[in-house]
Amino acid sequence: MFEILQYGFMRNAIMAAVLASIACGIIGVYVVVKKVTSLSGGISHASFGGIGLGYYLGVNPMYGLVPFSLLSAIAMGITSKRTKVAEDTAIGILWSLGMAIGIILIYLTPGYAPDLMTYLFGNILTVPLSDIYLMLALDAVIVFVVYAYYKEFMSLCFDEEFATVAGINVERLYLLLLCLIALTIVLLIKVVGIILIIALLTMPASLSSHYTKNLRKMMYISMFLGALFSITGLALSYTYDVPSGATIILVMSAVYLLHFVYHAVRPRIVRA
Amino acid sequence: MAEVIDLKDVWVSYGNTPVLEAVDLVVEDRDFLAIIGPNGGGKSTLLKVILGLIKPDRGSVRLLGDDPKKTRKYAGYVPQYISSNLDFPISVWEVVLMGCLGHKGPFRGYNEDDRKAAYEALKVVDMLDYRDRQIGELSGGQKQRVFIARSLVTRPRLLILDEPSTGIDSKRQREFYELLNRLKSEIAILLVTHDMSALSVYVDKVACLNRRLHYHNSKELSPKDLEAAYQCPVELIAHGVPHRVLKVH
Repeated sequence: MFEILQYGFMRNAIMAAVLASIACGIIGVYVVVKKVTSLSGGISHASFGGIGLGYYLGVNPMYGLVPFSLLSAIAMGITSKRTKVAEDTAIGILWSLGMAIGIILIYLTPGYAPDLMTYLFGNILTVPLSDIYLMLALDAVIVFVVYAYYKEFMSLCFDEEFATVAGINVERLYLLLLCLIALTIVLLIKVVGIILIIALLTMPASLSSHYTKNLRKMMYISMFLGALFSITGLALSYTYDVPSGATIILVMSAVYLLHFVYHAVRPRIVRA
Repeated sequence: MAEVIDLKDVWVSYGNTPVLEAVDLVVEDRDFLAIIGPNGGGKSTLLKVILGLIKPDRGSVRLLGDDPKKTRKYAGYVPQYISSNLDFPISVWEVVLMGCLGHKGPFRGYNEDDRKAAYEALKVVDMLDYRDRQIGELSGGQKQRVFIARSLVTRPRLLILDEPSTGIDSKRQREFYELLNRLKSEIAILLVTHDMSALSVYVDKVACLNRRLHYHNSKELSPKDLEAAYQCPVELIAHGVPHRVLKVH
């Protein structure tokens, strides 16, 4: 089993899994406690436009993704806060708009879009070293910003009105949080792909909330769970030669389901 | 020193619906004022105007002598908590420390002074033993005390409470009003409530709000005020002289 670690692609895959888990552990907790899951799903799908842009301009799609996902995050935040459009409507519109832009741009690009499926469903076994460096840089940004604004983010998620009265610019801080979610999505794309991201973002965080009532500890636990699930999924996908992104999500969902059933059934067994 | 709150001729409407009309209100140091009124009478809107969260269509608003946007972080604010984010992973201690937020910036964690202030505030509301509990584990009354502690950490000149007795049983309510009674020797308190029972005993001044504010800088309201505010005759029984809201009639 361990000889596979000699392969460069496998070492990259494991590094990618760990780097993804760091961002996913921190930001996933905010997504869960602030209850912005569908908004995050929206940003994730809308950022498909960025992949199309990358192909169209002939650059690494990851470089199209970063600005495009940030832009969709800000657009969603502003539309839902400042206009009379209901938040879920705004999410739905921008979700499809981003994807539509992506599809048109890919169509307009001459030739075949080589690893389109990788971006949609992830393939952690094909992460090149250049993407690892990008992931490292994004992790650094995320950790730095969360370190700087930890207490501000906490007040934003717990009690927006109080934060406003305390002099925090709540709207700007909210947009900053959405931008961090966007960067996390970019980081996770190679691991599970646009379509499956939302599970990776929410499941470890949601599981961690069963084990602690401390925000910081939740982040550590969900980082650990994210890494554990991704590496387990990676090993299974390599062994059985099935798509890695989907395998990771299946491992995670299976654990989540078992956990849920266990906690639903146990009280009855204990009573009986 | 300037008035704690000074509203002059404040008008607010949502679209075409008038919510506040010609409201004048002055609150001075160590006042204990309750604002009562029917649901939809504009109570929450008035608090938002005082805190600069809503800009009135007309009129002037001063909080602690200046624009509320600048000064609101020096006022203690206790929002209404009916269905707040109870699952939130935060301890009582962290909630109270949050009170120092307005006087911090990014990168600056809470320091020894903040922790000392949080400790003192929890002692004042008698919740020190609960500081490691998660906020959702507390009863309604205990939560309310914690939120008051949060607003006290910065030693404000004014405490603003929105429907503070919601979800608290009557025994706890008495303790709660006694806590406010202790606090009022040092700071001004403005509370908005529909709970008339506690008013007569603890509050110094009462105003009644239903779009217009009926207020005589005292705790007495005439039946006419109440009728105008509630738009129907209100029967009030004044318990035990000398604590009465209504004049002898």
